Formats: sequence, C-alpha cells, structure tokens
Amino acid sequence: MKQETDTKIQVRDLNLYYGDNHALHGINMDIQENKITALIGPSGCGKSTFLRCLNRMNDLIASVSIEGDVIVDQKNIYDKDVDEVAVRKRIGMVFQQPNPFPKSIYENVSYAPIKHGIVKKGAECDELVKKSLIQAGLWEEVKDKLAEPGTSLSGGQQQRLCIARTIAVQPDVILMDEPTSALDPISTEKIEALMLELKKEYTIIIVTHNMQQAGRVADMTAFFHMGDLIEYAETETIFINPVQKKTEDYITGRFG
Amino acid sequence: MSSTTKKTDNPFHDASLNKRHFKAKAFKVFTITSIIFSVSFLLFFLGDMVYKGLPAFKQSYIQIDVSYSEKSLASTRQAIDKKYRRVVSRSWLRNIPRQVEANPELMNTTQTRWVLLNHQVDQYLKGHYYKVKAKQLKLIDAMLAGGQVELQFNTIFFTHGDSKIPENSGFKSAIIGSILTLIVMMLVAFPLGVMTAVYLEEFAPDNRWTQLIEVNINNLAAIPSILFGLLGLAVFITLFGMPRSSPLVGGLTLALMTLPIIIVSSRAALRSVPDSIRQAGYGLGLTKIQVVQDHVIPLAFPGIMTGAIIGLAHAMGETAPLIIIGMIAFIPDTPTSIFEAATVMPAQLFTWAGMPERAYIERTAAGIMVLISVLITLNAFAIYLRKKFEVKW
Repeated sequence: MKQETDTKIQVRDLNLYYGDNHALHGINMDIQENKITALIGPSGCGKSTFLRCLNRMNDLIASVSIEGDVIVDQKNIYDKDVDEVAVRKRIGMVFQQPNPFPKSIYENVSYAPIKHGIVKKGAECDELVKKSLIQAGLWEEVKDKLAEPGTSLSGGQQQRLCIARTIAVQPDVILMDEPTSALDPISTEKIEALMLELKKEYTIIIVTHNMQQAGRVADMTAFFHMGDLIEYAETETIFINPVQKKTEDYITGRFG
Repeated sequence: MSSTTKKTDNPFHDASLNKRHFKAKAFKVFTITSIIFSVSFLLFFLGDMVYKGLPAFKQSYIQIDVSYSEKSLASTRQAIDKKYRRVVSRSWLRNIPRQVEANPELMNTTQTRWVLLNHQVDQYLKGHYYKVKAKQLKLIDAMLAGGQVELQFNTIFFTHGDSKIPENSGFKSAIIGSILTLIVMMLVAFPLGVMTAVYLEEFAPDNRWTQLIEVNINNLAAIPSILFGLLGLAVFITLFGMPRSSPLVGGLTLALMTLPIIIVSSRAALRSVPDSIRQAGYGLGLTKIQVVQDHVIPLAFPGIMTGAIIGLAHAMGETAPLIIIGMIAFIPDTPTSIFEAATVMPAQLFTWAGMPERAYIERTAAGIMVLISVLITLNAFAIYLRKKFEVKW
C-alpha cells in the first residue's frame, strides 16, 4: 500500500496558449494520490483548461499549444512516446453535462472496457458492468432495465452512469469538470457521497463553481485566477486561513 | 358600473389596433392563398395524369379464330379471316410462329383467341381521335355488342419494352433500366459521399485545402445537370471506353451529380451530433475511429439517409445528363446487365411525349404514374430504413 501523501501527478511549469492567448501561466502543482483535489476560481480563470491538460483532452483543439510537464507515475504524459489515448484510459473524465452514449445502460458501461480488451463479452463483462454500477451507486436503480437507453434515466442517474462508465475502464485518476452543476441538490448530494467513497480507490480532481462543495468534499483546494495558480493548500487552510489576499477576497465573495 | 360603456371609457382602447389586426389578417390570407395555389396545381397535375393515363392500363382485344398452319406460319396475315386483317395488331400476328414454337400441338389447328387490336381501333374504343374506315368500324361495333371485343388489362405495358407499334410498346425496359442505373448510382455515391463527409467533418484539419474542397463541393451542387452528362461522355465513354447508353455509365454520371447533395446533407447530419458524445468517447480513452464509427455515425444516420433519399429522388427524375450519354436511344429489349444499352423512365417518357400517335400520349401519362409510384415506394423504403436505424435518446 502506498502512503497517503504519495504524489500522483506532478505538474511542472505548465504553460498553455490558445493561439496567441496565454491561458495558463507556469503552473506548478503536486496532486496527491487517493485524495480529492478541488480546483476553484472565477469563470475563465483556466481551471477547466488546466483539468483538461491532465488527460490531454486539449489535444483535440487545434489551436492549443502546451509547454511544460505533467508527470504521472514518473512519466511525462506529453513525451513524444506517449499515446494520448492510453493517457485518457488511465485518467478518466466526467463532464459537466451528463453525456451517456445513445445506447443501452449496459452498453454505456461495457463499450469502452470491451474496446480496451479489459474484458471479453459474456459473463466476465456482465460482472464488470455490475461491479461498476454498484460502485457508482446505481445498480439498485437500474438492475432490472439494463437494456433501456441510458438517456431514459434522470439527470442525476445519468451522471452516475457516466461515472460508472469511467470507472469500468479501471483508471487511476478521475477528472470531474463541474459534475454537479447541471443537477438538483439531491442528485448533487448523491454524487458527492459517491466521490468520498471513490477516493479510497481513485485520485479525484474536481473543478467546481460551488465553494461549499469544495469545502464538503475536497482534501486539497487550488485557487486559480486569470490563468495563475494563486494558492494551493489543504481545503481548511484555503477556506479559513488563506495566505493570499485574492483567495480571501474570492472565498468571502468579494469578487467572482 | 354603467352598462353602456363608450369606446373611450375602455382603458384598453387603442385606435391603431384595428389597422394592425387587419394587416395580420391580410397576411394570413396571403399565406393561405399561396398554399391553396400550390396544392391546386399539384392536384390538377395529378388529376390530369390519372385521367389521361388510366386508359393506358386497358388494351382492346378481339375474340376471333386463329388458324395455325404452314401457310399462316409463312405469312402470318393468313392466320385470320380477311375482314379482321385491318383491325388486329401487326405485332400480335408477328408473334404467331413463336406461339407454335412454344406449343407445337397448336400446329394444324384452329383456335379461338383474344387477339390484340391495333392502336387506331383501341383509340376509337376509348373514345379518342381515330383513323379507322367505316367498314371496319361497323365490324367492331357489331362484335362489341356481341361481347367479342373488350378492354382487358394491359399486361404488355409491364412486360414489353419500347416499340414503334404503339399497342406493342411497354415500360418494362425503362423500369429495369432505371433500377439498374440507380443501383449503380447509389453503390458509388452513397459510400463515397458519406466517407467524404466523415473525413471533412471529423478528421480534416481546418486549412486552405479543406476550405477549397468545401467551396468546390458546394459549387458542384449548383452545376446544371447536363454538364455532368458531358463529363460522363468525355470521361467514362471516350476516355475509359465504357459501353455507351449503359446503366453503368448512367449510374456513374448520376453519382457525380448526386455526390454533392449527399456530402452536404451528411455533413450537416454529422455536425448536428452534439460534441459531448465525442468528448465522452475521448474521455474514456477511445480512438477516433471508435468514437466516429460507433457513436457519431449512428446518431447522424437518419440525417444521412434523408440526404440519400433526396439524392435518389433527384437522380430518378434526371433526364438531361442521360440524353448526352445515349440513354435516350430506342431500346426495345430489357437490359439484363449494367453493361447493355438501356433507357430510363424519364428518358422513355421524353421519347413517347414526342411521338405523333395518340396511343403514346396515354402511355406517357401512365408512365408518369409508374415513375411517381416507384419514387414513392423507394422513398417509403428509405424512410422505413431511417426509422429502423434511428437511435432514441
């Protein structure tokens, strides 16, 4: 077993440009294993952009250029010999809007593991689907209707289906980009409880606009502003005793 | 609370309202009028076609004795009584040796047969303009009264190709020609069009080259169709030496014409697939081809099919480019492969519409009815396919 304080991801001098627009300025950050790290900050501060750097989703945007290192398990994921598809398999992502595939609940979960060769069709796959749905806290609600389309579920259930789909690929890290901002408070509560459950096995990084949410679930919190990482510390420190004036202003609602 | 409220007492009174309401009403009347206009044109056209075309599905026959002998085989006119020779169809008599060939027992017998009448008598019986001598008219009227002349279902129309003898001409070779041509067209245009759209929409970088290709595809959609015929003639027939008038060349030419329609509509369909589906796939570590093939294309498929249907309907009614590559030729025989000379339905209609005989006029109208029926059937089939593959979400 690894120690609690093990570093999972090391970000070193990460600069990101949208064309000529310098969006992230030399970010340095160590993200710890089996912890929930929250990224907060006002709109347009670069927190989502930063999150997408961690599994190379920004590669999909042609105008983006990235400098610096993102080291996961001693390997820089931006090295020439690293395939971004393999990166995204190890570092899964859950999005703001629940986006299940237009397929059945079962296929939503089973599609990627089968394509990655983690399981074969049949009993082995059934087992993985069940396990993933149980982990995502959705099994009891959907076990009788696995063949129905994923989109027939409610918004909160869809989001948990997306989480089940992500953990079915057996990643090390789960990135969540405002996973509850499109959901009602009850669904939000369920997702938050699920995150606390999942951090035992996974490293979770979450972008949120909701500071109470960061306070409730996150072990570590990073405050971004205008493309800079202003402050990064334990959540309690950020909320109760921030070092930077800007952080304090944002936390207390003076801007943002 | 007075019961007699004057206009000015009404706090909601607005003098300009009457005028504004009138304008809205007038506009509504204009829009309804335009709908009535277009629907009535359509109904008039359909009604006229059905009225003119329905008689062509019936053909006049006469019941007379036919003698099968050496003499009648040598000169088929001898097979029937002299008085009937000016009213029956040449084409039916010409067929007598083939009847004997198929059924040798007929030899040296005399049979009572329903014999095809010629087109002049047929037109007389249908109440149109005719050129028949009084002596023959008397004979026909007498036999009509005796039930020995009647209108029977016109099987010839569906079993024969074109003919210079009007009562012997049919639509079959044109129907088969159209089907073969459209099959070639769809086999070429559908995969090419969809693949092009997928590349441009999902894979292509946004640079000068792809922009140039886009502009050109949009321009192709606006090119007069006859130019595609010239292109087909120059490239497929002259350069590659493919057989003239064949469904192969026709289909390839129509494919060129239909490609831009399929590409443009397929791209629109792909673009309407929400990006969140692609993101979801990439977020799970799927490759581009897995995302496109299993998640994007199934969602875009109904839209792609709609484009294909429009392209198909477009190609089916197309005549101009096919005239250039020779599919307007006189084709009595039904093509059995895509390499034989063939004609297509609209080209056959074009030929018949230019013929002087009355019988061809009703055949033109009947042909239009068949063309429209085939079109509706194909569209219905495509809509069924689209519904079947539609992903509910």
